[in-house]
Amino acid sequence: MAPVLSVQNLTVSMKGDNSLVPVLENLSFDVAQGKTMALVGESGCGKSMTALAIMRLLPENFIIISGSITLDGEDVLAAAPAKLRGLRGNKMSMIFQEPMTALNPLYTVGDQIGEVLRQHRKLSRRDATEQAVNFLKAVQIPAAERRVHAYPHQLSGGMRQRVMIAMALACRPKLLIADEPTTALDVTVQAQIFDLLSQLQDETETAIVLITHDLGAVAELADDVAVLYAGRCIEQGASREIISHARHPYTRGLMACVPHLQLGPVASNTHGELAEIPGMVPPLGARGSDCAFLPRCAFAGEVCRSHPQPPLDRVDASAAVSCWRHQEIAP
Amino acid sequence: MSDGMSEFAQPVKAAPDTLLDVNDLVVHFPAGRRGMFGPSSKIHAVDGVSFRVRRGTTFGIVGESGSGKSTTAQAVMRLIPATSGQIVFGGDNIADFRGERLRLARSKFQIVFQDPFSALNPRRRAGELIREPLDLLGIGSPKEREARVRQLLEEVGLPPQAADLFPHQFSGGQRQRLCIARAMAPEPDLIVCDEAVSALDVAIQAQILNLLKKLQRERGLTYIFISHDLGVIQHFCDDIAVMYLGKIVEQAPASVLFSASRHPYSWSLIAAAAPPGPLRDRLKQQYLVKGDPPSPVDPPPGCRFAQRCPFVSERCRVELPILDATVPDHQVACCRSGELEPPRLTETA
Repeated sequence: MAPVLSVQNLTVSMKGDNSLVPVLENLSFDVAQGKTMALVGESGCGKSMTALAIMRLLPENFIIISGSITLDGEDVLAAAPAKLRGLRGNKMSMIFQEPMTALNPLYTVGDQIGEVLRQHRKLSRRDATEQAVNFLKAVQIPAAERRVHAYPHQLSGGMRQRVMIAMALACRPKLLIADEPTTALDVTVQAQIFDLLSQLQDETETAIVLITHDLGAVAELADDVAVLYAGRCIEQGASREIISHARHPYTRGLMACVPHLQLGPVASNTHGELAEIPGMVPPLGARGSDCAFLPRCAFAGEVCRSHPQPPLDRVDASAAVSCWRHQEIAP
Repeated sequence: MSDGMSEFAQPVKAAPDTLLDVNDLVVHFPAGRRGMFGPSSKIHAVDGVSFRVRRGTTFGIVGESGSGKSTTAQAVMRLIPATSGQIVFGGDNIADFRGERLRLARSKFQIVFQDPFSALNPRRRAGELIREPLDLLGIGSPKEREARVRQLLEEVGLPPQAADLFPHQFSGGQRQRLCIARAMAPEPDLIVCDEAVSALDVAIQAQILNLLKKLQRERGLTYIFISHDLGVIQHFCDDIAVMYLGKIVEQAPASVLFSASRHPYSWSLIAAAAPPGPLRDRLKQQYLVKGDPPSPVDPPPGCRFAQRCPFVSERCRVELPILDATVPDHQVACCRSGELEPPRLTETA
């Protein structure tokens, strides 16, 4: 079966003063129906830019240099504005990180969910509001009949994010892009939102692109994962495989530096030093052709300094990694 | 055993190794009237919180947003007025301090805020920002202050040239290092870290946590560490208080809280943060609460958690449970703490 979303060799650059600064380089991935693809990395690695490129919502001075994005058989990059309007909200939709700024404070949530239906399904205002109530129920908002007339400021953060999800799923899109959907929320609410997303995915068979820096969320929700570093994909594969056998030093570093909660009677060495990745992501424009992680890498050797960044090397059926020394340094 | 009991029985004056002793701290904010002639409403942001922080240790406060974590910290810092209660810091009740006396006392307790972008004045250079507390408190001669700024920059891992840069020229992690350097400048005994690492990327977060740990080891600093991330809290803190809607519902050493916690709200937090796997699925199904915390405006009588608690009984809705030390060092505020079976926190079913 053809994948719902196919991104091939996507390269995005920012227009500098008199040159092009690469933002994303040669990114490729597929998402199949009902599957979840996670994009992981620190800020400044190009996760959100990937999402905006798929939605064709890139800021003005960012241009797509090469590559293709195919959504359900349609070439997104070649689509005319009218065509794009038909796709956005209908075939692909997006949940943003900050639900307060993503909702219009002057319209009730019912109006905002209904707008999608009126636009794409040509429903009347009354029918759209009726449907909106059903969607609010589907995302488990209590007293949906009353809440449909509420304004965003009258809802809590978790409820707002539920409204965003209801809005995004109103037209049963083929593809849902969730850009850090829970970062602004409390832990207990985060767990609820993740549960809700996976439950709705089971019902609607939507493909999800999940953007996150939370590897716990990846382990729980995602089928596949791509780890981005400085605009390049440095490791890609089935999430189970990557989480249990990360090969790239950056992925390993990311996993080691998160203090994981240990339950039950545990050894008292929890107060030791956390593993840390020294330094920070190189800023835009300061990225050469050699491995972008080189200055921070504890395993860097001569081969890394004398060669450009290697292409993604398929190590087995479900994992690929971009590192010269991944075989030598395997744990 | 008897030592632990006597520590609890002791009145206001703290044990010698206690740096901070907060007694029945209450912070209420006015929230207008209900109707034109109705009774005035109050936000019960912090409602009778008591805890002790031992010198050289880290005291963690965890809870959802709106639980009163930050308000507690800011009241302890004397940044917002406390409605009532005592804050005994190093033997003095600083809740009574006013004017110049309070200003000078501030050199001993400092705070690092969550957002390093808004905590630094964008129009001042890093060196000036770090020197400001020294200037205001009149510590050292101008020359000594300059030397101290350079030394502080080095301690937090920034080059000396950084002193001449403006905040926007630093990354988020570096800015948080500046905030830490500024908090360290007057050589405080206590530093409050209010979600100090929450806004940072995971890799940077680890760097800052390690830095804070190093500073604690070298100078015997005491921290109050506020976070909503249980993994970070467990890694970083010696004692932990779990807050819910202005009240501490459970307080215990880190090792106890994550192996034998006794409050349903703590169970819910643990279920939400447990590492993925069959254990997490089981905990989530049994203990994760639904919905959002209710409003702290004029809360109903009874246990604050009663509306969301999966184990609620009639008694919980009418009776406000007090923080009860069933075991020394382990306090729980739950009407049913004796009856409820704590969750099994090991993989083996």
